[in-house]
Amino acid sequence: MKILALDSSGLVASVAVLEDGDMLAEYTVNYKKTHSQTLLPMLDAVVQMIQLRLDTVDAIAVSSGPGSFTGLRIGSATAKGLGLALDRPLISVPTTQVLAYGLYGASGVVCPIMDARRDQVYTGFYRFTDGRMEVLHDQMAADIRQVIRMLDEMGQPVIFSGDGVPVYRGVIEEHMRVPVCFAPPHVDRQRAGAVAALAMEYLREGRTQTAGEHKPEYLRVSQAERERQARLEKEAGMR
Amino acid sequence: MGDEKVKILAIETSCDETAAAVVENGRQVLSNVISSQIELHKLYGGVVPEIASRKHIEKIDQVIRQALEEADTTLGEIDAVGVTYGPGLVGALLVGVAEAKAISYARGLPLVGVHHIEGHVSANYIEHPQLEPPFLCLIVSGGHTNLVVVEDYGEFRILGTTRDDAAGEAFDKVARAIGLRYPGGPQIDRLAKEGDPHAIAFPKAKIEGAPYDFSFSGVKSSVLNYLNQHKMQGLEVPKADLAASFQQSVIQVLVEHTMRAAEDLHMEHVAIAGGVAANSSLREAMETACESEGIRFYHPSPIYCTDNAAMIGVAAYHAYKKGVRHGWDLNAVPNLRLGERL
Repeated sequence: MKILALDSSGLVASVAVLEDGDMLAEYTVNYKKTHSQTLLPMLDAVVQMIQLRLDTVDAIAVSSGPGSFTGLRIGSATAKGLGLALDRPLISVPTTQVLAYGLYGASGVVCPIMDARRDQVYTGFYRFTDGRMEVLHDQMAADIRQVIRMLDEMGQPVIFSGDGVPVYRGVIEEHMRVPVCFAPPHVDRQRAGAVAALAMEYLREGRTQTAGEHKPEYLRVSQAERERQARLEKEAGMR
Repeated sequence: MGDEKVKILAIETSCDETAAAVVENGRQVLSNVISSQIELHKLYGGVVPEIASRKHIEKIDQVIRQALEEADTTLGEIDAVGVTYGPGLVGALLVGVAEAKAISYARGLPLVGVHHIEGHVSANYIEHPQLEPPFLCLIVSGGHTNLVVVEDYGEFRILGTTRDDAAGEAFDKVARAIGLRYPGGPQIDRLAKEGDPHAIAFPKAKIEGAPYDFSFSGVKSSVLNYLNQHKMQGLEVPKADLAASFQQSVIQVLVEHTMRAAEDLHMEHVAIAGGVAANSSLREAMETACESEGIRFYHPSPIYCTDNAAMIGVAAYHAYKKGVRHGWDLNAVPNLRLGERL
């Protein structure tokens, strides 16, 4: 089985190709250039480097969110276009799972945090038990202080990763009571290799989608919808 | 050109329509699928970029599949992929651009980026097989007001542009001020039919030294002032008369400038394009003015005036024939200028 994986959910753009147990290629760039300009040329570079025939790919995996709304859509639209053109299924892998899987085998609670601004993070709680990743809390958008409280209540050491770390490390170190540590740089951001490795598990379990079905998971409604909802609630309250 | 047939799959997601089409040889539309989001944006009184982008990603595959099915074709028979890469809403454009790039990459097809307005102009070729450059074209939409000479396929000389609001923008703002729902243009057109276009005198802006340029903020402001005065005096607003008079003053300026340019440049063919080109009064006024000057007048059917991918397929065909090819790093360019290629 061969999986082509993409991640453009955050600042990182990443492409990987996994064949059964072999990661044939992974190309990851964490540099300020728009994913629209980088993602497909990166895929092309990988394809040429490993002489990949696209029609030998069995499924297209994509980091489905949360993350930058625009970044997610670039990854999704690319995956959907590939899936449609190659007539292959898509595999949506939640982005916090991608981050957590990079810390495979860690003890305690694995907690990726992605900066969602407005004092919020996108996060999820994971644990590795008997060689499998267990979801302790589904991914969510939450206030960083609420996340700290929830983790403290679990009473286990926590390892953090993600682009929320540079933003909230100070708050975490100051307020958390359980022991904490932070992922080293080679595994603290999204990697398409992790998308591919998780997607292989998904594929074995039959958790695929058609290109048409796939859409990103934003975990947040748009600002306009939020404001409209608030206005409607206020009006209802006044009545 | 020979007998060689060129089939282009075109994708358009610059604003609030998710659209895909298959066009053969730049004239024959084999399919033209449009998934409109208007109902969704009505809740907000205008297009919300983030909501538009989210809808595009949900709909795009289905729209493309449908376009291929209705054209009774497959990607295997497609010769190139055309896509709008600007101007427009950046998040919305990016969905179409990323999708088009992935499809053309996966199938080894040439990728042709298209200017959205070039698409609107090209809509005229669909139903007028005899129309060829050079001709004069008035482009009027929610985001654009341009008077251009189409010197060749895909080559434009811009004579005039708006200094402030686009014509369609003025329609939408006035519509909103008199309580009509988004999108305002068609509603004003409908309401104006019941009113007297001479009932209220609104200003027609002329710009010193720039006879082909437009300005619509003046007429918009005077409509708003008129509404305010009536409100303060507790008078009822004659909405139909106001819609008719406002529309008349905008249309007069559009027609006058176009006819002046046609005369100055001895143009024998005049076309209109863009969403506002679907306005029935504008069509009639242009038709009458052109007829009296012995000029041939062209306009697309309403379905090709508003955003669609067929027009993108037509423009992409001419660019394709000229050898335009975009790379896998093609980006969305929200402020792409007409005639500019990136």
